[in-house]
Amino acid sequence: MYSEKVMDHFQHPRNVGQLPDADGIGEIGNPVCGDIMKLYIKVWDDRIQDVKFQTFGCGAAIASSSMMTELVMGKPLEEAERITRKNVADALDGLPPNKMHCSNLAADALHKAIEDYRIRNALPAVAP
Amino acid sequence: MKKIYLDHNATTPVDPRVLTAMHPYFSEVFGNPSSIHAFGREAKEALERARGRIAHLLRAGEREICFTGSGTEADNMAIKGVAHSYRNKGDHLITSQIEHHAVLASCAYLEKEGFRVTYLPVDGTGRVDPDDVRKAITDHTILITIMHANNEVGTIQAIPEIGRIAREHGVLFHTDAVQTAGKLPVDVDALNVDLLSLSGHKIYAPKGVGALYIRKGTKITPLIHGGHHEHGRRAGTENLASLVGLGKAAEIAGAERAEEYKRLTKLRDALHKKITDRIERVFLNGHPTQRIANTLNLSFAAVEGESIILSLDMEGIAVASGSACTSGSLESSHVLNAMGIIPELTQSSVRFSLGRTNTPEDMETVAEALPPIIERLRAMSPLT
Ligand SMILES: Cc1ncc(COP(=O)(O)O)c(C=O)c1O
Ligand code: FES
Repeated sequence: MYSEKVMDHFQHPRNVGQLPDADGIGEIGNPVCGDIMKLYIKVWDDRIQDVKFQTFGCGAAIASSSMMTELVMGKPLEEAERITRKNVADALDGLPPNKMHCSNLAADALHKAIEDYRIRNALPAVAP
Repeated sequence: MKKIYLDHNATTPVDPRVLTAMHPYFSEVFGNPSSIHAFGREAKEALERARGRIAHLLRAGEREICFTGSGTEADNMAIKGVAHSYRNKGDHLITSQIEHHAVLASCAYLEKEGFRVTYLPVDGTGRVDPDDVRKAITDHTILITIMHANNEVGTIQAIPEIGRIAREHGVLFHTDAVQTAGKLPVDVDALNVDLLSLSGHKIYAPKGVGALYIRKGTKITPLIHGGHHEHGRRAGTENLASLVGLGKAAEIAGAERAEEYKRLTKLRDALHKKITDRIERVFLNGHPTQRIANTLNLSFAAVEGESIILSLDMEGIAVASGSACTSGSLESSHVLNAMGIIPELTQSSVRFSLGRTNTPEDMETVAEALPPIIERLRAMSPLT
């Protein structure tokens, strides 16, 4: 059902936990199945200097969260912001069709965390 | 690594004794039971022996047993068959919110045809209040269908009492006994039922066979039209070998049921205790005592069910969950929802369903595998 990459990230998720001094936090509930993800980012010089996640969800949700943190770690905010659920799913060598929404959870939490960072710092949203 | 199967409510392995009984009915005794020559007669005898064994298990008459292609078909046949036969008498059916989809979808289908259906609620343990059944009956009610025990949480309904109420009001009563036939005593007269469904693959017979008990005098419009098989109630050449298997499985279950029930109760309660001794915030879903012996449905707070299934699977342990993430439709368990379990705990549910393959050692293995899994997943969870 799941790719080896998904199972690897599920079993050994990267960047799990909280950042007590986070600059931005994105929490998102999955409207489809009711699962929850929380993402913490530390920003320095417009780059994601550190990122951690907590997820209450299926294997695909945990693996997507983990993969997403790997994709954005060290990236400029503008670049991180362009990451889509498809990027996350592709990086995991694909997800079963009924699990695509789980990668949404990761992408949405990321965008929310960046938005939270901008609001906290009264920064304008960057035009897409 | 020894694999441990704790998903017997989903399906069971074919018992080796059942397989042995089936063996001659593929290539040696292969006649069509409807043929009048010796080949056919021999097949027919085997078929009728199997029917006799099912009838004996249910304390029913042989003519009252109709073979079907699954438990689902038996449920469909009972519900649609009665509705279509008794349409001139009324257009109302009563069921519960926690039935198997085979029943719920049949009822929903009838609603589209203009029938009205009352879906009774259940309490926090999954029990239907027989008084609610009584109150729901109207002059137009033609069928009550309430399952004997629920496949997800194992809660047993007050079938004899509901049956008495149905009879007092002259309403037909069907029960889905797919999870109880061969586990609990299933005596159609003691249960006061007019129709009862069972399925082969839940009782160590093959998949794709089942049976519907139809009390003498109950009219049923067939689902499947064709030849005169099953007294014209279900057309199609019978699945001989598998039905022989079903008969054998019924015979074994009848002989071993009581002992096995005791053994499974002990194993299940040991597993429950071992888990709650080692893990905090574990909640039982289902009735504490009015529950089939093999079923243990637990919610592990703050951890999603599919992630528990995957983790146990990697240790060779097979279980199921009511979490939305594990259902093809991404809807969480309608059973746990109807019981009023909060969504987070529904997402956290895991069903352990035991059977003949399990030993006391299995319980210990599972209880040892679980704590690190739950700890790891809880450490990852935003919920507390
Ligand atoms: C309570 C109940 N009813 C009906 C069925 C359907 O039986 P079958 O799989 O033979 O169609 C099942 C099995 O999933 C069940 O548990
Ligand atoms: S998070 Fe629920 S299905 Fe993936």
